[in-house]
Amino acid sequence: MGSGLRACAGALLLAFAAVWPAAATEIQRVRSPGGIEAWLVEDKSVPVIGFRFSFRGGGALDPRGRSGLANMVSALLDEGAADLDSQAFQRALEDIAASIGFDAGRERFHGTLRTLSEHRARAFGLLRKALAAPRFDAEPVERIRRQIAAGIESGKDNPRRIAGRAWSGLVFGDHPYARPLAGTQRDVAAIAVEDMRRFVRERFVRDGLTVGVAGDISASELARRLDEVFGELPLSGVAAHLPEPPPVRGGMEIVRKPIPQSVVVFGQAGVKRDDPDYYAAYVMNHLLGGGRNSRLNEELREKRGLVYSVHTYFRLFHRAGTIVGQLATANARVGTALDLVRGEWKRMARDGVDADELAAAKRYINGSFPLRLDSTRSIAGMLVAIQLNRLGIDYIDRRPALIDAVTGEDIRRVARRLLSPDRLVIVVVGDPEGLESTR
Amino acid sequence: MRPVPRRRLTAPRASLARALGVVSLSFAAVAGAPVQAGVFNPETFTLDNGLQVVVVENARAPIVVHTVWYRAGAADEPPGKSGIAHFLEHLMFKGTPTVPSGWFSKIVAANGGSDNAFTSQDYTAYVQRVASDRLELVMRMEADRMANLRLTDEKVAPERGVVQEERRQRTGNSPAAQLYERRRAVTYLRHPYRIPVIGWKREIDGLTAEDALAFYRRHYAPNNAILIVAGDATAARVRRLAEKHYGPIPRRPVPGRVRPVEPDQLAARRITMKHPRVHVPSVSITWRTPSYAAGETRHAYPLLLLSDILGGGSTSRLHRRLVIEEKAAAGAGAGYLGIALDMGEFSVSASALAGGDIVRIEALLKEEIERVVEHGVSEAELTRTRRAMLAGAIYARDGLRAAPRVIGRALTTGQTIADVEAWPERIRAVTAAELQDAARAVFVERRSITAVLLPGPPG
Repeated sequence: MGSGLRACAGALLLAFAAVWPAAATEIQRVRSPGGIEAWLVEDKSVPVIGFRFSFRGGGALDPRGRSGLANMVSALLDEGAADLDSQAFQRALEDIAASIGFDAGRERFHGTLRTLSEHRARAFGLLRKALAAPRFDAEPVERIRRQIAAGIESGKDNPRRIAGRAWSGLVFGDHPYARPLAGTQRDVAAIAVEDMRRFVRERFVRDGLTVGVAGDISASELARRLDEVFGELPLSGVAAHLPEPPPVRGGMEIVRKPIPQSVVVFGQAGVKRDDPDYYAAYVMNHLLGGGRNSRLNEELREKRGLVYSVHTYFRLFHRAGTIVGQLATANARVGTALDLVRGEWKRMARDGVDADELAAAKRYINGSFPLRLDSTRSIAGMLVAIQLNRLGIDYIDRRPALIDAVTGEDIRRVARRLLSPDRLVIVVVGDPEGLESTR
Repeated sequence: MRPVPRRRLTAPRASLARALGVVSLSFAAVAGAPVQAGVFNPETFTLDNGLQVVVVENARAPIVVHTVWYRAGAADEPPGKSGIAHFLEHLMFKGTPTVPSGWFSKIVAANGGSDNAFTSQDYTAYVQRVASDRLELVMRMEADRMANLRLTDEKVAPERGVVQEERRQRTGNSPAAQLYERRRAVTYLRHPYRIPVIGWKREIDGLTAEDALAFYRRHYAPNNAILIVAGDATAARVRRLAEKHYGPIPRRPVPGRVRPVEPDQLAARRITMKHPRVHVPSVSITWRTPSYAAGETRHAYPLLLLSDILGGGSTSRLHRRLVIEEKAAAGAGAGYLGIALDMGEFSVSASALAGGDIVRIEALLKEEIERVVEHGVSEAELTRTRRAMLAGAIYARDGLRAAPRVIGRALTTGQTIADVEAWPERIRAVTAAELQDAARAVFVERRSITAVLLPGPPG
């Protein structure tokens, strides 16, 4: 497609330079009197504040026999705190049309607050209560437990969920990275209020806390609010340690289900976020299966109509990097689709990419990145992600150069190192024709 | 990092399928929130060829969202050609004499932008998000494919496969989606809202390039389209560029949107589906309703507020009664789909706990509906829900997504910009008495459609 793109798009391509939301480049580092740091993009154009934060430790640290603990805590923090029971807390949020949400990741525990700036005092007050004094009353605890159980039950025949679980199991074995975040029925039934209280004590601490804020709030006020929200939390908790995951072995597992379309998850070991070749791998993945006009999309969707969607992406962990792809196709065509995936895997490792497709990919990656930063919510989220990955406060300014520096040779090198069809771990859920499990 | 599948098919009316899970309608109201007067402050004008242009200026970042909406959707399809509106949406990426097949998205991407498209019962829309200095580029290409689409059966064949896989992915693999499709089909005896946006499988199999071109020629004209640009662009600049690129496309006669009239419902309808891959039962009850643009439209805003009072989040009536007090359901919600050209739908739904009793859940849903009909709602409830919705109008300005979506959906379903801008006033004006009137008018037993999803062999 390379030379064609140049020829065809010649008339349409104007001189191109990445553009940036002016505001997003003006990141302030705010430090509270109590020593809590946050990054802020102040923007008064809409009277809204987006506030995102993250504590160290997530569901991968759930104790043995208590899988689903972090997830259950995340569902209960806004179900009553301090002097407010569940309904009173929810009403208080509703009265000011603010929202508070928590989500338990595998290695971090995230929270979000969104409020109109006129109600910020009450909103931050509610967030403080949720973190420092969650009640875990019996009624909400048992209700949320029932809801989680129903969720686990209703999802157990969901082909995507089955495929994702099985793939993680093949790749990570008994390592906590393979554990389902929602937990198992037995473990969720066993989680006690004391388990959740201990979780709050040990995890909601200032050490490792990361905060990103965007919108209608000044730096001096934010400094004050940080102490108000987080100042009561202990300085540090219990050090947590995850073991190295086991090496990944290639192979295919078929999970037979009577459905018309097979769901396929495929992938293998990839790079970690701090790998020196991360940016080369990122651009390589964009061309292979990450972008909407990727080679896999071209071969499977555009040319042959085998899939509605095929894409690959990085699933990154502190101690592991993976490149994972998904597709879904009629049972009779799974073999064909997988042959094409292996073929593109091989072609990228053998031939790399040509100069024109590399240039187009860089223009997309650099041009589209700032387009996502249009809301306080998305900017606050980005500020947290940049801090967690230790990319530096000038990352948004430096990123285009990091992408532009990737050469065809870098991509060939990283593709050779990473992509090997023999090492692909493949899970098919469905009734694929002519395929058998190999492990 | 996980890309949204391109050319997503969105059927906003399909959000009811999601209502079978835990639904928060207050959020839906925020997301779909039309807007406070003086919030979007759109400027609008019409080109000589009939193309309506709407500009929502927002210079927060040097980004523009460029969208074109056609007043044509699945409900405008000819008989036997179900899915052609959506299929054409896919085929709009298959080339013109100057932008060959597959290049539209590649050129947008190579210019650092992203694009998408979607189809519903009442409209089809095309969206590009680019740096504001790329506005002219996307405008030139969108105008080009408004007039110059070229299709052949060879180009169309693989895309038919794509749509068949899309259908399997959305519906074939999901019992809940299959029941939803059947539920829609029994909600309407005659009106085309009974047909799935993506089309019935056998009819998709038969769709040709000529079918797509016929639909294109019939409906894709500037005088049947709306251009909405939001972001870092002034109305003057948009006007200049629109006149240059869309202006030369000639006006063409387009058919009126006259669809078969749905007869009154004389008997309650009920469908039950058993499926071995279902593990948790669920139930929904639906009534056809006025929309913002059709029927007794005075009921529309009251119905929106009512959906929030019944089903919006943790303090709503259904959640409190079914989930908290009776411990009967895992989730319960309500939804009003009023953004529709011909009629709307109101629905309540709940999903059981593992091993739960769906008969009891259905009875509880009916009790709560009865209670609203008999006793209405309290002032305190009305005040709370009103406040949430008005805040939603402010949140809708935080980002560029809401403005084109809200305005585009309104203008293709019989509403005006004045309606969009008057949204907060109308929310403020709704009284508890009007809410009860709307409940009385809509919640009539013989006009209900109940759909139950159960575990077990299909029988």
